[in-house]
Amino acid sequence: MKQKDALLVKPTTPRTIKKSSSPAGGAEAPARPDHNKAKPAPPMDYTASKEELLAFYRQMTLIRRFEEKAGQLYGLGLIGGFCHLYIGQEAVAVGIQSALTPGKDSVITGYRDHGHMLAYGIDPNLIMAELTGRAAGISKGKGGSMHMFSVEHKFFGGHGIVGAQVSLGTGLGFAHKYSNDGGVCVAYFGDGASNQGQVYESFNMAELWKLPIIYVIENNQYAMGTSVNRSSAEDQLFRRGESFRIPGIQVNGMDVLAVRGAIEEALKWVHAGNGPILLEMKTYRYRGHSMSDPAKYRSREEVQEMREKSDPIEGIKKHLEAAGVSTDEIKSIDSEIRKVVNDSADFAETSPEPDLAELYTDVLVEQY
Amino acid sequence: MAIEIKMPALSPTMEEGTLAKWLVKEGDEVKSGDILAEIETDKATMEFEAVDEGVVGKIVVPEGTENVKVGTVIATMAGEGGEEAPAAPVAAAAPAPAPAAETPVAKPAPVEVKIAVDPAIPAGTEFAKMTVREALRDAMAEEMRTDDRVFVMGEEVAEYQGAYKVTQGLLDEFGARRVIDTPITEHGFAGIGAGAAMGGLRPVIEFMTFNFAMQAIDQIINSAAKTNYMSGGQMRCPIVFRGPNGAASRVAAQHSQNYGPWYAAVPGLIVISPYDAADAKGLLKAAIRSTDPVVFLENELLYGKSFEVPVLDDYVLPIGKARIMREGSDVTLVSYSIGVGVALEAAEQLAGEGVDAEVIDLRTLRPLDTGTVLASLKKTNRMVVVEEGWPVCSIASEIAAVAMEQGFDDLDAPVLRVTNEDVPLPYAANLEKEAIIDAAKVVAAVKKVCYRG
Repeated sequence: MKQKDALLVKPTTPRTIKKSSSPAGGAEAPARPDHNKAKPAPPMDYTASKEELLAFYRQMTLIRRFEEKAGQLYGLGLIGGFCHLYIGQEAVAVGIQSALTPGKDSVITGYRDHGHMLAYGIDPNLIMAELTGRAAGISKGKGGSMHMFSVEHKFFGGHGIVGAQVSLGTGLGFAHKYSNDGGVCVAYFGDGASNQGQVYESFNMAELWKLPIIYVIENNQYAMGTSVNRSSAEDQLFRRGESFRIPGIQVNGMDVLAVRGAIEEALKWVHAGNGPILLEMKTYRYRGHSMSDPAKYRSREEVQEMREKSDPIEGIKKHLEAAGVSTDEIKSIDSEIRKVVNDSADFAETSPEPDLAELYTDVLVEQY
Repeated sequence: MAIEIKMPALSPTMEEGTLAKWLVKEGDEVKSGDILAEIETDKATMEFEAVDEGVVGKIVVPEGTENVKVGTVIATMAGEGGEEAPAAPVAAAAPAPAPAAETPVAKPAPVEVKIAVDPAIPAGTEFAKMTVREALRDAMAEEMRTDDRVFVMGEEVAEYQGAYKVTQGLLDEFGARRVIDTPITEHGFAGIGAGAAMGGLRPVIEFMTFNFAMQAIDQIINSAAKTNYMSGGQMRCPIVFRGPNGAASRVAAQHSQNYGPWYAAVPGLIVISPYDAADAKGLLKAAIRSTDPVVFLENELLYGKSFEVPVLDDYVLPIGKARIMREGSDVTLVSYSIGVGVALEAAEQLAGEGVDAEVIDLRTLRPLDTGTVLASLKKTNRMVVVEEGWPVCSIASEIAAVAMEQGFDDLDAPVLRVTNEDVPLPYAANLEKEAIIDAAKVVAAVKKVCYRG
């Protein structure tokens, strides 16, 4: 999908002007008849400096290598349970989170969360140690792959129930508006979650109350083993906000510069007090839904074609070359990242398991 | 240095598998992501990808080999020329050796059980008659005055002044920023509330009744209750879910259900279910101040009942502390919410027949104040639990188990449960009456445990 194909939703039903009280405070954008309703500008590919290109490459490669290592540790039995890898989707989290302010803007996602944490600058050691269920893990080993959080970074998880993070994220958006802290929430969810009822309940309230939230659908084409076409009556997911008057933009999620360009427009839209916006990121996961998924619902050729033609890391390499970055420089980044990832694996293997007394801590905060 | 490629575990339960097919041969150059082999597990045939770049050295386990244990070396690979070849981890799933000194391990807080005690009401304190409805409203208003993070959200809480008028006047005092009408979307606004709490606010989410919270129960249990634990104590969810619970009057099965036992079963939640106005006020204030998620179960039939409430600037009660409503020596009646009134009525009747009943109001269903219950059992040696709700897996069942496990030697008779009948609540007046607890049923049970008449 080319960036120029990006589409905008144009609401068509006339809107009557209605005065309503606005909860959560703040100035309310006046309701306008539809034909006058402002629309987000069509996004342009982001023009990145050499430093930014290097940062994108570094982060995407870190996620790729980290996830490969996690897959390997899973194979060795060091990681248990469910483990969902982000390989192939790196450009989405990296492109979006490069435009956010950590500690001010909040992020929430589902269970495929390792990449988002790495893109938010969270220590790979703490993530890998959580995957191996060790005391040094970011959740002290009690959460695992699907349940990781860093309140310090305003990364709010890491949620295992499909779609729940959309309502929770809308609540984070509500808190931003209520506290008037200027922050925006980005709530990620997949094409599968986009069919959940609570998503639409949340869309309705977010638009009704003009909450500062960006909904990012990571459309990797398959909800576990069910393709979008087999599960979604409206398979153009960026249109899913239409009946709530939430504008949507479809983006090439395999291109980090397209992703960054789209999030820039989305942030402008939300910062201007327009309320929520929806970004559909067309992306692809190379691995199965989880480690135990043989992925027989798609052909090997389909995966191979994606990897060859649309790989986000290979894509950014071309830009790096054009910016005059040498192959040696790229190689040296690669080996630096391999070291970071290997160190995280060593840390995660050698850290002790949680103390048995941890079983009973953190159930409640207070004592009664 | 050669990298060992080991038989991978490809599912949470896999212990061994069949090496169905090699897709590479010795001497092949592979990139990370290339498929090395197909492996059959008990569930499926999976592709096994290379993680590292390099040249396939020796294939140790030939294709077609069955029952290859996870962790067996199946091939070796030479790392790419010059680049530091990462050694594949050798350790199996066994716990790691002694901790390196620099890995910080949080010390668990010493488990110290605080015994909650009701604050003494100063001598000379005035009492005022107040309905439960007014007490709840005052509790919210007082907390909203002192803490801007507190807001109320739910259906008809603002402009309509509350479906049961519990939030009457709040919109006028606090405005639309803090008293928020929602669409009829419990699942959505329960999640929004939980998210707002994670984001630092103190939401009070009103369900028009707890029957409708069934739509939202995933957010209450999976999001609100478990987050603190799953995050290792990092991410809190200080939220109150409140609203009427239990049978109202002639509203039939879908609108008449006691969720006390449901929520009380969940670690990570606080569950409170007060009876009178003073407790409604003091406990709702405590609930709003708590850093933990609270399910606060009210009762529609009690909203209009008046009780004495101490006139104090800040009347807050401890969570987790039962209350002895009536002292007695012959039998202990344990109850909560509207059941307390039934137990008190039964105690009056029993007094007329020479049986001196002690009545305990649990007030908090999680954590349960088992100490107060067991101390009373020690004194009376007989116990009846009164619960306006179903019998199976109920709070009454739990109290009976506690009495048996921790108070067995104090029991002179089996603990009996007086609960609603084990049926969906019917509409017809006579059937409804038959299904719900009343004082006569309690009196009959007490006579049984006292081996009288």
